[in-house]
Amino acid sequence: MEANTRSTGRLPAAFLTPGSSSFMDFLAEHSPELLPGRRTLPAVQGAIEVPHGTTIVAATFPGGVVLAGDRRATMGNMIAQRDIEKVFPADEYSAVGIAGTAGLAVEMVKLFQLELEHFEKVEGAQLSLEGKANRLSTMIRGNLGMAMQGLAVIPLFAGWDVDREKGRIFSYDVTGGRSEEHGYAATGSGSLFARGSMKKLYREDLTEQQAVTLVVQALYDAADDDSATGGPDVARRIYPIVTVITDDGFRRLTDAEASDVSRSVLERRMDQPDGPRAELL
Amino acid sequence: MSTPFYVSPQQAMADRAEYARKGIARGRSLVVMQYADGIVFVGENPSRALHKFSEIYDRIGFAAAGKYNEYENLRIGGVRYADLRGYTYDRDDVTARGLANVYAQTLGTIFSSAGEKPYEVELVVAEVGTSPEGDQIYRLPHDGSIVDEHGSVAVGGNAEQISSFLDQRHRDGMSLAEALKLAVQALSRDTNGSEREIPAERLEVAVLDRTRPQSRKFKRIVGRQLARLLAAEEPATAPTDAADDEAEGAED
Repeated sequence: MEANTRSTGRLPAAFLTPGSSSFMDFLAEHSPELLPGRRTLPAVQGAIEVPHGTTIVAATFPGGVVLAGDRRATMGNMIAQRDIEKVFPADEYSAVGIAGTAGLAVEMVKLFQLELEHFEKVEGAQLSLEGKANRLSTMIRGNLGMAMQGLAVIPLFAGWDVDREKGRIFSYDVTGGRSEEHGYAATGSGSLFARGSMKKLYREDLTEQQAVTLVVQALYDAADDDSATGGPDVARRIYPIVTVITDDGFRRLTDAEASDVSRSVLERRMDQPDGPRAELL
Repeated sequence: MSTPFYVSPQQAMADRAEYARKGIARGRSLVVMQYADGIVFVGENPSRALHKFSEIYDRIGFAAAGKYNEYENLRIGGVRYADLRGYTYDRDDVTARGLANVYAQTLGTIFSSAGEKPYEVELVVAEVGTSPEGDQIYRLPHDGSIVDEHGSVAVGGNAEQISSFLDQRHRDGMSLAEALKLAVQALSRDTNGSEREIPAERLEVAVLDRTRPQSRKFKRIVGRQLARLLAAEEPATAPTDAADDEAEGAED
């Protein structure tokens, strides 16, 4: 089937046929070869060596939610990239962070962003946060074939629920199984350590600034114990990507802000390498 | 066997054009206008949900007068075209010029194919640039022709009269409030020259604002913001309005 986008001729009939508001459905009908899930892969032995993204963390606070990711991509035991971006805005009120096969994940995010934007333009209204989370579920399910061959993508989705007026976090498994997380969540190879860190530090009454510090602490702890997660790189000025979503919408911390938080966390670790201590009881 | 009547191609086209024009004339007019920070779309539309203006892509907006189901169909076709093109290549490769060409081809083919009824629509495709010089406005009449417009453009039933009114008064670098006020003034003039009041709740207003930090520049102006813009202008231009009216009165 031809993806008649290059010609300046008449819009193909498929473009003018009334149909669903989903861009993915349109692609499936008009140019199915452009859908990531439709690819057939040759059978391979063992794992394929491609860059993998690692740790993504999120935490809610009254008034919003914070989503952050480290900057390292690894290929086996090598560092493939030091400044990869794994946290993206999905739309005005939500963001998605991705762990897993970097190439596929970035493509999935691009399609997911477009899916939400397309719906919004066609319908003149935004999807509900649940609707967005479910849509992402469908996309991961479509990738199951590749996940079985080692090319898994596991996102973390966070957003401001305009109807319920609170920040919410959704985590996923490779089959597209979706679960809502309360308070904090992490995904990727360093997630065990990040989750442990947040478990001890998280409180329900954090301010936005405290929530930002919390996720940076968690990323530091993930990098401390997981070789695939990168810590703040002061020499190269590469700091975690931290995004905040409130009822004002999506905001990514500037380099200067991310640097300030990371440096203050680093400074404290000079005295206390294991980070802040929680009460014993 | 009966002999079909001969209709000259000129006559056939003239009939089709008249059919389309009549359909468009039944719709309310709308105005698309450049202002200092972008492009503003203003129209009278009693519906809250069925829009005359909408976002096609990051910097591209769409306005239409005429038959709703026909332009809605074209609008969705345009959104699909833009999204697919941006997904296949890059977001920067989606341009108003490309979209206008596709619409022109589509409308032109429909207009000149004998089997199809011509579309009773007139479209405007506008793209906001990084500076006013980069702004592009294309008007697409029912027959698939394409007109590159500058400053201001009106489409719909009363378009000619509104256009000439705007041509005399529109200037570069107007503020949003000034441009909005001028557009409303233009739209509230009837064919016979008398003015009527268009209440704010019957106005549909949207902008492509180049100063927006997001990459998507399209924004609807509703409620309090619209009221504020309409009100902000009044004290400043009230004397000039009066002067204008007097001058027009004298001409009459």
